[in-house]
Formats: sequence, C-alpha cells, structure tokens
Amino acid sequence: MGTADEIRRSNRSLTLRLAAGAVAMFGFGYLLVPFYYLMCDVIGIGGRTADAVAAAPQSVATGRHVTVELVGSVNESAPWEFRPKIATLDVEPGRLYTATFSARNLTDLPLTGQAIPSVAPATSARYLKKTDCFCFRAQPFAPTETRDLTVQFYLDPELPQYVDRLTLSYTMFVKPAAEG
Amino acid sequence: MSATTHAHTHDHDHGPPKGLMRWVTTTNHKDIGTLYLIFALVMLFVGGGMALVVRAELFQPGIQFVNPDFFNQMTTIHALVMVFGMIMPAFAGFANWMIPMMIGAPDMALPRLNNWSFWLLPFAATMLIGTIFMPGGGPAAGWTLYPPLSLQAGDSFPFSIFAIHLLGISSIMASINIIVTILNMRAPGMTLMKMPLFVWTWLITAYLLIGAMPVLAGGVTMLLTDQFFGTSFFQAAGGGDPVLYQHIFWFFGHPEVYIIILPAFGIISQIIPTFSRKPLFGYDSMVYATAAIGFLSYIVWAHHMFTVGMPLAGELFFMLSTMLISVPTGVKIFNWLSTMWRGSLTFETPMLFAVGFLFMFSIGGFTGLMMALAPVDFQYHDTYFIVAHFHYVLVPGALFAALGGAYYWLPKWTGHMYDETLGKWHFWLSTIFVNLLFFPQHFLGLAGMPRRIPDYATQFADWNMWSSIGGFGFGLSQLLFVWVVIKCARGGARATARVWDQPNGLEWTVPSPAPYHTFEQAPDVK
Repeated sequence: MGTADEIRRSNRSLTLRLAAGAVAMFGFGYLLVPFYYLMCDVIGIGGRTADAVAAAPQSVATGRHVTVELVGSVNESAPWEFRPKIATLDVEPGRLYTATFSARNLTDLPLTGQAIPSVAPATSARYLKKTDCFCFRAQPFAPTETRDLTVQFYLDPELPQYVDRLTLSYTMFVKPAAEG
Repeated sequence: MSATTHAHTHDHDHGPPKGLMRWVTTTNHKDIGTLYLIFALVMLFVGGGMALVVRAELFQPGIQFVNPDFFNQMTTIHALVMVFGMIMPAFAGFANWMIPMMIGAPDMALPRLNNWSFWLLPFAATMLIGTIFMPGGGPAAGWTLYPPLSLQAGDSFPFSIFAIHLLGISSIMASINIIVTILNMRAPGMTLMKMPLFVWTWLITAYLLIGAMPVLAGGVTMLLTDQFFGTSFFQAAGGGDPVLYQHIFWFFGHPEVYIIILPAFGIISQIIPTFSRKPLFGYDSMVYATAAIGFLSYIVWAHHMFTVGMPLAGELFFMLSTMLISVPTGVKIFNWLSTMWRGSLTFETPMLFAVGFLFMFSIGGFTGLMMALAPVDFQYHDTYFIVAHFHYVLVPGALFAALGGAYYWLPKWTGHMYDETLGKWHFWLSTIFVNLLFFPQHFLGLAGMPRRIPDYATQFADWNMWSSIGGFGFGLSQLLFVWVVIKCARGGARATARVWDQPNGLEWTVPSPAPYHTFEQAPDVK
C-alpha cells in the first residue's frame, strides 16, 4: 500500500476499468443476437426454414416416403382464419410439391399478414427447401378478404433416414406497423 | 444496535450524525452493511408472505383464495424479490460489514458509491412490489420474463423492467466497490492467498456480477424496445425469435446461481473451521475450486432449456459441462468434511446452520445432477421437481448460510451474545419445516405436477397439503429469528473480542461491538 494519494488514484483507475467492463458486457448482450442467428445457420437449428429461394430439385427417384404434416395457426387471438387445405402430404424426397393454405381477414380493416415458418423436428429444417413461399413476403389483405396462399417445397434427399415424418407449420401474425 | 456503536465513538473527533439522517447520508461500511442486512430481512418477509399466498392456494386442489392471475403474480414477484431484494442484498450486507474488517482496511474503497448502491434498493423494490397495485396487476410471466408472455403484461411492464435495471445497477456498483476494496485496500502482508475464504468468494462473485448483470440489463431492454419501440428481437412476426431471449436470460441466469451461492460457500468456510477448532482443510484448492465454478458458470446456461429443441451436440455439451461443475463443488464439500474430521466439534447455532447447509445443499446438488442429464430432464422440466431442486439450494443452502453467518457475527456486530437456546430452536424448527416444505415437492414433480399452476389434479393433494404445512411452519419460525436479533441488539451477555473459542481472522482482533472506525492504522499481518 502506498500513500493515500496513490491509493486514491489506483482506486479511481480500477473503478473506471471495471465500469468499462460492465458497459462492455451490456454491449455483449446485444452481440449475442447476431451470434445466435449465426449459430442457428451454422448448425441448422431454430426450426426455421431458409428465407432464401432454393434452386429447383435435381429430380431423383428415391422411392422413399416421408409424411409431411401441415399446420396453420394464429397467435394471441390475431384476427385471422388460417389453415392448410390438406393436413398431410405423402412426400418423396427430391420431388417438388405445392401446399395450399387458406387465409381470411376477420376484420373490416385492411390487414397485412406475415407468416413465420417452423419445422419439427427442428434439426430437419435445413432439409426442407422452398422454391417459393407466401412466407417470403408480407401478405396484404383487403377487409374480410379470403385468399389461398401457396408454398412450393421439396425435401432434400440427404434428409436423415430415421426421419419419416416432419411437420411444417406456419403462424400467421399481424405485421407490426413500424415494419411497414 | 446504534446505541452501542455510539458508546464507542467518543474517542474520535467526529461521531455519526444522530437520527434518521445518519442512515441516509452514511458512508460507513458498518452502517451500510447494517442497512443491507435489515433491508434483506424485511424483504425475506415480503417475499415469504407472497410464497405463503402461493402455498395457501395450493393447500387443496381447486381455486380457493386468489384468482389464477394473482397467483402468477405472486410466484413471479416472490422470486424477483427473493433473488434481487433478499438474498443478494443479504450477502452484500455481509460483504460490507466483514470484508474491510477481514482484510484490515479502514472502510470500503468507494464509500459514497456504497451509499448510493444501497439507497437504490428500497426504491427499486418499492417500484417492483408497487406494480401489484397497478391496473392489470404486476408481472405474472415468471421471474424469467420469457416473451411473448411477459410482453402481454399491462401497465406494470415498464415498471418491473426499470426496477430490474435499478437493482442491477445497484449490484454492479456494489461489485465494483468490493473488487476495488479487495485489490487495493488490503493491509500490508495480507497477500491474496492469505485472505479469508469469504473475501475470496466475494471477489469472484463480484466479477461474475459485472459479467452477468449487464447481459440481463441488455435482455430486458430488448423486451422493452420490442414492446414500445417497434424492434423485433423476440417478436416472431418481425423476424425475431423468442428462444433468443431464453439464451440471453440464462447467459445471465446461470452465473446468477453462483452469484447467490458463492458468498454462502464463503460464510460456511469461515464457520466450520471455528467450531472444528482446526484450520480450513485445503485452502488453496478451495480458492481454485471457487474460480473453476465461476468460469464454468458461463458455459452451461442452456441446461435450463434442454427442451427447446437443441441439436444432440448441444445437449451433450451442456449436459457434460454441467456435470463437470460437480467436480469443484465436490472438492468444496469434501474439504468442509475434512475440516470437521477429527476436529473438536461443538454445535453452537452457526455451526448447526453450517452442518445443515452441508447436508441439504448436497441434496439440492444431487437433484441438480439428475436434471443435468438431458434425456431425463425432459421429464423433470417445468415440474415441481425443479422447484424442489432450486429451493433446496437456495433456502437450506444460501439462506441457511446467511442465517448461520448472522449468528456467527451477531456478537461482533452488537457486542452481545445471542440467546443460544432460542437460536437452536430456530435452527431445528427451520430444518424440520423446510424439509416438510420442499421434500414432498420432489415426489410431486416426479409424478408430473407442473410448476406455476394454481390448481392441480386430486392425486397431488396429500403432498401439497404437507408442503403447505411446512411452508407456514417455516415462515413462522423465521419470526423467532427476528426476536433473537432484536433481543441480541438490546442486550445480553457481553461478548469478548474473540467471541468464540478459536476463531481465525482480523475481525476477532477488534473489540465487540466493533468500533465505528476500525483499522485506521493498518494491522500487521504475519
């Protein structure tokens, strides 16, 4: 221990460094956001399908059969009616399929919907490829409008053999106004 | 307490100001320590009252006393109050009182900051608890505040977030103060590896707090901007992901677990050697084990979310790293046992609480190991089994250590011996009732009863009844503690400077009660 003055100076510099550490950790909390999505992309988790348009499938007759269940739901009693037209599809990996969902705006106001996809089991999400999807875009609806929404997808033949059933679900949200 | 400290200030040129302003403006580490401890004791009864509302409702199946939404507010605010308002301030109180005396420093390094750290707390707690009376009631989504549920709260939402910000700022400032004090203010000769273990555990805890608390602040700020400023960190509709919140929360949440338990380890490491009349066994390994636990606490967070849909590699990593924590924790448990081995043991109240801690914290540790197994956790997740687990490590774990520490140092603080008979009654009543309270919850959880639900199937009725009886018994037993503290502050047999038979450490070289200013001349440490 040195003189009182030295101690005061060293207290001050250590305090400032520790406070800077706390501020840096606050920033680190925000850094976890991009890091999380990076990890999800690298490992292929999160149950999300890629937002990007996939190339058309190389047609391979695999002779394999996978059941794809389609689910449409709304959250927080959002004013939609939203359901798949067919609940299950028998899918051969490598071939292109089209699934249709029916959506209705239950209000008397124009409404913009945004569907968010999720795949279960989550680890299979990266094998479900979409060449086109209503979820790629916001969907504007006129008051009380009913419309069909379609998704074109195929299963990558690389899909692990033990997966014989997967669920593709969409949740229809009202797009937040701030997002335009 | 104040009357006795006044008596010892006459040999200084200035005494503390009289009356209320003494406590508002104080920068004395002993005064602030007392404030922290009294605040924590009040919060113990506030949070405990909420727990009793929960246990009253769960006494029988069906909805009896409160509506489900109020029940959820009670579980949520009970947890927030107990974690941020009770146990953390209690250990901060011990740190303020004891760290300067243990390292031979005249006061904390940053006395004004110290005053501010404390005085943020009552306001933050009032804000948090006040939300109960707002339209729509207080936060009810669980203390973890998971979105989207937590975003559906009413007007109380920003208040509870700001309260958490304030509580976080308070504990970050306290941590900075503690680190600076320990690193810069030690008496000559008090090398790092000579510091009492309580000082060591707090040093590591303070670093954990600086690393973890700001991350929570960031996470809840994201909740706030999601709700009011149109960001979409966790809003699926805008491209966010609610699971991201769970990662951010538990990146804070798991170090938080050790922020709560490490100072408890420190207190136990002071008590057991005194009443075994032997030095602590394996001091160096205790220090390294504490540091190892501190490091591991940052890489295990996702074991709180095994059911969220992780790849196998993730489940394995978090499962194995979690089980690894049992190695340094085991080192500590065995060191304490080895300290007691062939010691001249006596069982005064602090030692009873320390031995109770050893037994019951280990029970909580073992159930923790069970849940660390990812495949098994799928069954236990969000059941009463996890409730039993974390209450075992927090109540007969952390809280018992705090109570033991209070009995251990009360004679030093007040100058009087506490009533040993009442202390023993307090220990045995607490121990019997706390086990009646939490042990049946293991069975409930294994049988499938979910947590945070005000009603349950009739097959759970018997164990819930016993648990509720235990809850009320435990709550009422703590009134005995208040009586012991008041009685001890008012009078009793005079305590000597050493208080105990063979205590170790600088705090036992100053008179009891400790004078208002100690170690203005640094002591010589050999």
